[in-house]
Amino acid sequence: MSLTLSDVEHVAALARLGLRDDEKERLREQLSGILEHIAALNQLDTESIAPTAQVVDLNNVMREDIVEPSLSQAEVLRNAPRSRDGFIEVRAVMGSGDDGEGA
Amino acid sequence: MTRESLTRLTAAEARKALDNGEFSAVELTQAYLDRIAAHDNTIHAYLHVMTDVARQQAAAADSRIASGDIEPMTGIPVGLKDILSTTDAPTTAASKILAGYLPPYDATVVKRLREQGAVFLGKTNTDEFAMGSSTENSAYGPTHNPWDTTRVPGGSSGGSAAAVAAREALISLGSDTGGSIRQPAGFCGVVGLKPTYGRVSRYGLFAFASSLDQIGPFARTVEDAALMLGAIAGHDPRESTSVPMPVPDYRAGFREDLKGIRVGIARQYEVDGMEPGVTRSVQAAIEQLRNLGAEIIDVDLPHTDYALATYYIVSPAEASANLSRYDGVKYGVRLEESTLQETYWKTRGEGFGEEVKRRIMLGTYALSSGYYDAYYVKAQKVRTLIRQDFDQAFEQVDVIACPTSPTVAFPIGSRMDDPYAMYLADAFTIPANMAGIPGIAVPCGFSENMPVSLQLLGKHFDEATVLGVAHAYEQSTGWHRQLAGDPGTTA
Repeated sequence: MSLTLSDVEHVAALARLGLRDDEKERLREQLSGILEHIAALNQLDTESIAPTAQVVDLNNVMREDIVEPSLSQAEVLRNAPRSRDGFIEVRAVMGSGDDGEGA
Repeated sequence: MTRESLTRLTAAEARKALDNGEFSAVELTQAYLDRIAAHDNTIHAYLHVMTDVARQQAAAADSRIASGDIEPMTGIPVGLKDILSTTDAPTTAASKILAGYLPPYDATVVKRLREQGAVFLGKTNTDEFAMGSSTENSAYGPTHNPWDTTRVPGGSSGGSAAAVAAREALISLGSDTGGSIRQPAGFCGVVGLKPTYGRVSRYGLFAFASSLDQIGPFARTVEDAALMLGAIAGHDPRESTSVPMPVPDYRAGFREDLKGIRVGIARQYEVDGMEPGVTRSVQAAIEQLRNLGAEIIDVDLPHTDYALATYYIVSPAEASANLSRYDGVKYGVRLEESTLQETYWKTRGEGFGEEVKRRIMLGTYALSSGYYDAYYVKAQKVRTLIRQDFDQAFEQVDVIACPTSPTVAFPIGSRMDDPYAMYLADAFTIPANMAGIPGIAVPCGFSENMPVSLQLLGKHFDEATVLGVAHAYEQSTGWHRQLAGDPGTTA
């Protein structure tokens, strides 16, 4: 399985990863190599095998809906790179750039 | 007894001595802080030493001991992998993207140790977000193996392993997603235990691959590992995969012989490229299990060869989702650009190191439209086959014995240019994570003057048998009594 540079750019965009050109080329080579190793799985016939998502025999863990103390707003905001008036501050999501304009 | 020699005691021995008033928790803690001050500039096991916290906790532990309010970890100096949230020390996962992050809550294991009166020496080095096999992927520089400082300590919990081996911690905690406790324990000649998936709460552990991650101890003896497991295990309402089962006394079944124990060995753990010294030591260890009365039985684990490929789909896929939270918005480092989108790109592109980016890319690719069935679902199906191998083997045996790693610790820098060669270091530890079963690494000899490690795998939630077999083996040999020499001296 050999990836192209445009495959790498597509996946990086999905993952919101800014990559330098030299990183893209290196990742193209390395990921292609790793995918070759992974292709070994195709030797196995798994047609009738059910997938395993997790290995604990638990499902739908429920609890009583009891309100308990949680973190204060100040504690939650303490690590925010920028905050104002009790809000986390970020660049405008809509209307100010080429992403999401008019949405 | 000199203060330095206090660091030669096991946790069980220190427990007795503290309770008998032979020395104080303050003295024991200071002995460890002294060793950290003397040696950690060479070993670099710690990213953050919690000197003030440790001294306060030690003084509080002494008061508790004086009043008879004693629990197994009261006054015991502990190292914590820097991926476990602590409210009184930065927690960075050895990543630049979390530089300076101070968690607003404790991980459940940290909370439990705090309530028991344990002493926190500091936060130990790791591969960034626990992704790696050598601790070379730390954004803050590698940890060095105490047995030979030109070699890696293994990883990802290399700091926790090296801290115990270098007597810079009496005991420590790490996390194991594909071998990140057992493999570095093996490379550093200490005991490392990965409990059953669901046995220990991961609340407050930075999530890497949520269907695989588990927290466990590094210790100088199997008994110490059993004590620590008892202290951290059990159900946690904050962690829905932690199983509501009682926590037994993991030392209750310790005995000297192994009569009636069935030990499985599988030819799939004899691979090309294995070091002859590793093969020799592990074969001798299996012979020793037989001498102790165990019955050795051949078992077949036919899908072992596929575990590594399966892991390198499942774990990056889960990681790519888990690490999407590091976007510079709510916490961590933000590299502000003119739009939010560009801010994400720059923050993540520059905040994450090379291996983390590689795994996010691999995982995102495996989950992306058109590839999901071919990679992720395929891997989940093979995971079923791996799990079934173990289910069938454990119908015939109580534990499975194999090497922890195919080689001893390798030189720093030797595998950094070849990701897949690095991944191979975990070939023998990954299957246990895929099946969710417990595994322990125990010292079993030396090759190239570096420690070799025996791995024992057990049934789900049967840590007691795994620990019991490991304890009988350890006590009958004495490899655990050989300690690494101090840097710059010969052992």
